[in-house]
Amino acid sequence: MRPRLEVLALFLGAAALLLTAGAAPCFAQIDIHIHTATGPMESHVGDVTGHSEPGKAYYRRYCIGCHGPDGDGNGENAQWFDPNFGFAKPRDFTLATYKCRSTPTGTLPTDQDLYDAVTRGFVTTNMPRWLALTVQQRADLVAFIKTFSKKWESQKTGTPINIPPEPTGNIESILRGREMFQKMQCWKCHGPEGHGDGPAAATLTDSKDNPIRPYNFAVGSRFKCGQTNQDLYRIFMTGLDGTPMPSFADVIQPNDAWDLVHFLRTLQPLDTPEAKAWKEWVVTHGKELKPIGAEEAPGGGQ
Amino acid sequence: MKIKYFYPLFLVLLVSTALASLPVPPPAGGTVTGKVTYTGTPPKMKPIDMAKEPNCAKEHAASPVFTENVVTGPGNTLEWAVVYVSAGDQGSTPGTQTLRFDQKGCQYMPHVLAMQVDQPFEIVNSDPHLHNIHPLPKINPEWNKSQPPGTPPLMAKYDKPEFIPVKCNVHPWMHGWFIVLNTSHYAISGSDGSFSIKGLPPGKYTLTAWQEQFGTQAQDVTIAGGETKNITFTFKALPY
Ligand code: HEC
Ligand code: HEC
Repeated sequence: MRPRLEVLALFLGAAALLLTAGAAPCFAQIDIHIHTATGPMESHVGDVTGHSEPGKAYYRRYCIGCHGPDGDGNGENAQWFDPNFGFAKPRDFTLATYKCRSTPTGTLPTDQDLYDAVTRGFVTTNMPRWLALTVQQRADLVAFIKTFSKKWESQKTGTPINIPPEPTGNIESILRGREMFQKMQCWKCHGPEGHGDGPAAATLTDSKDNPIRPYNFAVGSRFKCGQTNQDLYRIFMTGLDGTPMPSFADVIQPNDAWDLVHFLRTLQPLDTPEAKAWKEWVVTHGKELKPIGAEEAPGGGQ
Repeated sequence: MKIKYFYPLFLVLLVSTALASLPVPPPAGGTVTGKVTYTGTPPKMKPIDMAKEPNCAKEHAASPVFTENVVTGPGNTLEWAVVYVSAGDQGSTPGTQTLRFDQKGCQYMPHVLAMQVDQPFEIVNSDPHLHNIHPLPKINPEWNKSQPPGTPPLMAKYDKPEFIPVKCNVHPWMHGWFIVLNTSHYAISGSDGSFSIKGLPPGKYTLTAWQEQFGTQAQDVTIAGGETKNITFTFKALPY
């Protein structure tokens, strides 16, 4: 009796496997249901049109472990990323709040923004770079990510901010930028030297109440949202939505913004023309600099 | 029966034509007034240490500022509760008046700003230092803007009803609320817990009271004419 039962079980098991294999190629994960909020979506990246249907299969294969079947960032691996040690949780796609945007704070990013974020990954976090995927696959993934939030149906994508051509980063520009860093009080979070240790740094939390640290300019050459001067300009003008890093677009004029970019470059361990000009200047003029931080002036904090 | 209805109707028509010819018709309708109260022991509010922002510490040196999530008044009353019509006539007055939300002495004024969908409001920084204004909605778009001292007011509005916590990342003790409502019938309880909602057309209403720490309470009210109904909302307070 027993052997026969085993044979029957084996037969049934094989039949089940065949059936599921026929339904989907990835039968190991067949039981994980992906919950989306909208119908099919498209994305447009250059000449490439992405489609959410194939994107879903790639998502299941590459992204689900972190971003989760519901797209809420609660994949099974997310538990290991501890924000107390500076590791961000995976993005919750159901809120459609994104860090790296060319568009104003509070607006949806462009498809290109999402595509760029997926391509470059997020330094200092567990979000990998996805350069190994084809352009089409990444575009499909961008289309699919959007199906997790109805906001992609009810809101329009923001209009990218205008970035005027970059003026030369000479020492005058750097010094003006330093004044901006003081006046705009970047130091409250980023610290007087940009080490991420300002007076407000210790208590910062992101919009999900997880602790978050201001960027430390001394350790990094790359930012989460890019590495060029244009990227840097965009970062503080649009802000990193979902984090304490605010947008300064309403309060910093374009020329001042470029000055600030040039100054920020001197805080980084980089061989940029700005860093060189700064080093030379500081040797002879260092003593003239007023320290950055709270001013002593009675009643004035500006 | 039918005839009986006819006369009052005729009278109403007559009166309303008479009223319409008057220069400014008084806002007809009933009023709901009352108090928001609690039973039990509410949590004690804590004094805020503003040492990290010397300007503000100095400003409040004489009398420290307390947290505002439960502000009590005489006779077990609660301030800063929002009372609004959650079912029934939602009013037809669009919220066109620009409201004001101030950051002063590292506090939000008012602590709770109620508004209608699409109603404009301005955010002002009266302090001599930077604030970043970071409302945390889930339904409406989330933005985060910095407002250095001496910069013009920021204009904002929300197009979906939502109860939105507001914070300043630079000063973690700052907490406020944007209450975006679908109705023009709402009020915020004062320092004695009292509220008053005027101009309610006759009909059946559900009134909801919301308090940030204790949640919501609802009561049904029927307004027949120009009457005033008195109701009390009572929250169960738990020290946390
Ligand atoms: C190993 C975990 C992991 C995997 C796998 C992963 N992600 Fe992420 N992802 C993250 C984390 C963590 C973040 C948040 C980084 C941060 O907020 O600084 C993130 C953020 C993002 C963002 C946010 C971009 C923005 O501007 O806010 C997008 C889009 C994204 N991931 C897409 C993907 C896609 C598509 C895949 C699959 C191809 C994927 N991720 C796979 C961990 C992962
Ligand atoms: C309220 C605190 C706060 C203020 C004020 C602030 N920042 Fe930030 N900033 C942050 C936090 C927190 C992050 C990290 C966000 C993350 O990792 O997701 C950040 C990140 C950054 C980054 C790196 C972004 C990336 O893509 O990795 C740059 C550049 C930056 N800030 C520049 C500035 C400048 C310039 C100013 C002033 C004009 C400024 N910040 C003011 C909190 C602040």
